[in-house]
Amino acid sequence: MRVVTTGTELLADALGAQAVATERVDWRPPVTATSDVTADLARVALDPRRAEANRRAVEAVLGVTAHLVDVGPASEVLGLERGQFLHAGPPIGWDRASGPLRGALMGGAALEGLVDDAEEAPALFEAGAFDLEPCHHRGAVGPMAGVVTPSMWMWVLEDLETGRRTHCTLNEGLGKVLRYGAYSPEVLTRLRWMGDVLGPLLRSAVRRVRDESGPVDVTGILTQMLQMGDEAHNRNRAGTLMTLRDLGPALVHSGEPTDVADVLRFVGGNDHFFLNLAMPTCKLALDAARGIDGSTMVVAMARNGTDFGIQVAGTGDEWFTGPAQVAEGLFLGDYGPDDANPDIGDSAITETAGIGGFAMATAPAIVRLVGGTVPDALAATRRMHEIALAENPRWTVPVLDFQGTPTGIDVARVCRTGILPQINTGMAGAVAGVGQVGAGLVTPPAEIFPAALARLAELVPR
Amino acid sequence: MSTTHVELRPGAYADSVALLQVSRAVQALPGVASAQVAMATGLNVEVLSGMGFEVPAHAGPNDMVVALRLDGDGDLDAALAGVAAALADAGRRGSTSAELAPHRTTAAALREVPPGEDAVVLVSVPGPSAVVEAVDAIEAGCDVMVFSDNVPLADEVALKRAAAERGVLVMGPDCGTAVVGGVGLGFANVVAPGPVGVVAASGTGAQQVLALLDHAGVGVTHAYGVGGRDLSAEVGALATREALRRLDAEPGVERVLLVSKPPAEAVAADVGALADSLATPVATAFLGAGHPDLTAATETLLGDLGVAVPDWPVAGTARPPHPGRGRAVRGLFVGGTLCTEARLVVEGLLGADGGHLFTDFGDDEYTSGRAHPMIDPTLRTEEVVRAAADPAIGVLLLDVVLGHGAEPDPAASLAPVLAGLEVPVVVTVVGTAGDPQDHAHQVRALTETGAEVHLSNAGAARRAAELAGAADHPTRLTQESAR
Repeated sequence: MRVVTTGTELLADALGAQAVATERVDWRPPVTATSDVTADLARVALDPRRAEANRRAVEAVLGVTAHLVDVGPASEVLGLERGQFLHAGPPIGWDRASGPLRGALMGGAALEGLVDDAEEAPALFEAGAFDLEPCHHRGAVGPMAGVVTPSMWMWVLEDLETGRRTHCTLNEGLGKVLRYGAYSPEVLTRLRWMGDVLGPLLRSAVRRVRDESGPVDVTGILTQMLQMGDEAHNRNRAGTLMTLRDLGPALVHSGEPTDVADVLRFVGGNDHFFLNLAMPTCKLALDAARGIDGSTMVVAMARNGTDFGIQVAGTGDEWFTGPAQVAEGLFLGDYGPDDANPDIGDSAITETAGIGGFAMATAPAIVRLVGGTVPDALAATRRMHEIALAENPRWTVPVLDFQGTPTGIDVARVCRTGILPQINTGMAGAVAGVGQVGAGLVTPPAEIFPAALARLAELVPR
Repeated sequence: MSTTHVELRPGAYADSVALLQVSRAVQALPGVASAQVAMATGLNVEVLSGMGFEVPAHAGPNDMVVALRLDGDGDLDAALAGVAAALADAGRRGSTSAELAPHRTTAAALREVPPGEDAVVLVSVPGPSAVVEAVDAIEAGCDVMVFSDNVPLADEVALKRAAAERGVLVMGPDCGTAVVGGVGLGFANVVAPGPVGVVAASGTGAQQVLALLDHAGVGVTHAYGVGGRDLSAEVGALATREALRRLDAEPGVERVLLVSKPPAEAVAADVGALADSLATPVATAFLGAGHPDLTAATETLLGDLGVAVPDWPVAGTARPPHPGRGRAVRGLFVGGTLCTEARLVVEGLLGADGGHLFTDFGDDEYTSGRAHPMIDPTLRTEEVVRAAADPAIGVLLLDVVLGHGAEPDPAASLAPVLAGLEVPVVVTVVGTAGDPQDHAHQVRALTETGAEVHLSNAGAARRAAELAGAADHPTRLTQESAR
């Protein structure tokens, strides 16, 4: 017999004196220990629906396989209309939008021809001439600013069993790019090329593969890349190359040789290209758990550069938000912490699904991004298991003896342990137009978890 | 006046993350205004240009660029040495050990239990948080002992209902003692395996029974605690029922003893009906006015088992009552049930209005933010000193509880206080020969102070009453002593 002891060391010692095997829990009071949090934790723990609801939520998430079925402009695949803009994170208006989000919106307005010069856009946004809506509300996710306009081409991923779909734009690469808030002519030129050449060629290739040998299993690529040193948020190198491998032969047939060469060069030269496939794959899985009453599982973490928001399976579409934090990490060039914008992007959907920062142990190549060590990375993934409901049997970490990635962030366990989800992220410049200034680690604002917990407690049937 | 240095190192390579660290380290050197060490990729060349460095046009992604801008007093050689050191550092492996951090929740710790191995969870966190940890155990299908007190009654009911659905036993809340398959959980005496199963709504009550049975040479299969409120109308004996059913299913259990305060009437009827339906006879020891004390209930149980009732040991002899003092009995207890039992016995013999006063130092009002007095007896010891100085007090009646979990040497702090007192002192030492504190040594140390030490708490209380009664009724004392 083994005894798990939670509490007084003395009682565990008394068992040790009897030569009984003990497993000692390092229990500590909830970090934001108020009597409310403690009472809410008890109320939610005793919710008779919770265990079954969380079991169903985990099963739903793990049961989804994402297939790459199409590529098309947002106007077509999302029905996005002229003057409509999607953005990352929870809902926000121009008045509270941060520099990089404003920059990206301005660039988007110029790209769509709504203004002749991006600098004319702010006045129109201020006047409320355009509609802003979160990507998450339209079955999409966007990295960093996450701005989507009707002419931008998007990946379309589908759960073939249910027909549910998610979407994400094509990745622009690093440096001065729209998603980091840059909107200079070179940024817009690249975006136009992506719309004119990259998107159509990818569509041709994706459709050819889909029709000839069945759509690419993106969940399967994630399974493999996690064993190849990618955590699929800040490192997508293996995933990008595997995507090229799967689409390459079909790409050859997709257009003029010079265009094909440009596409292969662009994709192969952008180690983050796969991020925009990893994100909608994660969303497709997590969306399967939305609306399960009684479940305490987080189904989305997203930031708009001003607010960090989470959505929870058992609380419908409600966002629980707090101020986005500035990441800690390394900076490009002369940039420093003062230049960085608070956390931005829907890409924390990867951590929500148990990869990215949660799978740090599998990506030792990037641990030094935050001045960390390989043991730190192993400890980080193990720590995330403390707040996760389950392990993913498909997504495993070889160095942890093929333990599954920590899956399903439990709002209650975050509140109990004070362990916040660890997110790997890029940092955008705070000023519109600057672009990327660094990369590092960030956590959500601690207070949004007790807020979600309080709502879950209110919803427990009396 | 600043110096700018741009150097190309063809063929040198380090990964981009390492180079970000190197750049940061070099930027921090004295005299360095800005620094960038990077592979000359298109993006990095752009960044370098943005910083005002001119990178040679032929630089390519396989060349390392070292770009430095020094303040007027900066030393280039020192800065380059710094670059070399930082590059060497970045190539070095961290040596931090990957020791596993302990789990932070019961649920996470339970994942460590190998499949097929039995596990029991022992929760002793503050009451309002205990239910959350206990639910983890129930969901994993593990029995759980909740040592914590201050758990809201409604939570106890919900917890035990959830447990009942899964056939899990919740011992507690406020369960101090259990012996499960020979393993003592919480405060527990070392007892041999044997034919008795105990279900106890009281920790020290169970310990008294275990100690008496042990002295009679009778062992115990399991002693399940159920918490003091389990037999209330609200909880409805949910844990007691589960415990009784389990003991009935244990082949080695010949007799079950249920130890509790007198239960709510409806609950008593339900439990009685369940007990009648079991194959194993269930005896009760209900601690209350009009009920037999724990010693008497244990003696009946021994009789049922066909075991001769031994003389319960008494060591030493209390001082005679002091003529200059009053006749009140002052009971100072660490065990709640022992306190109640002693009060019932003394009041039964001397009446309730003789100024006798009994304090349970394990009660919530003494333990909020403090360890239980079986672990930290400071408050009780202080009160012993005060009571001894009070001329109205005629007899001091104390308990010492041994076993796992209790302080390692209770006599060490109590004996010095008792030595040299003029007031007679009677002590119950609840313990077994196998207890880690060395039972015989504890008894000896206390008798050396002039205290009289009993194994039976009821016996000790009767003796205290006798000594208190003696101040007024010397004749009666003689008669009682003759028994």
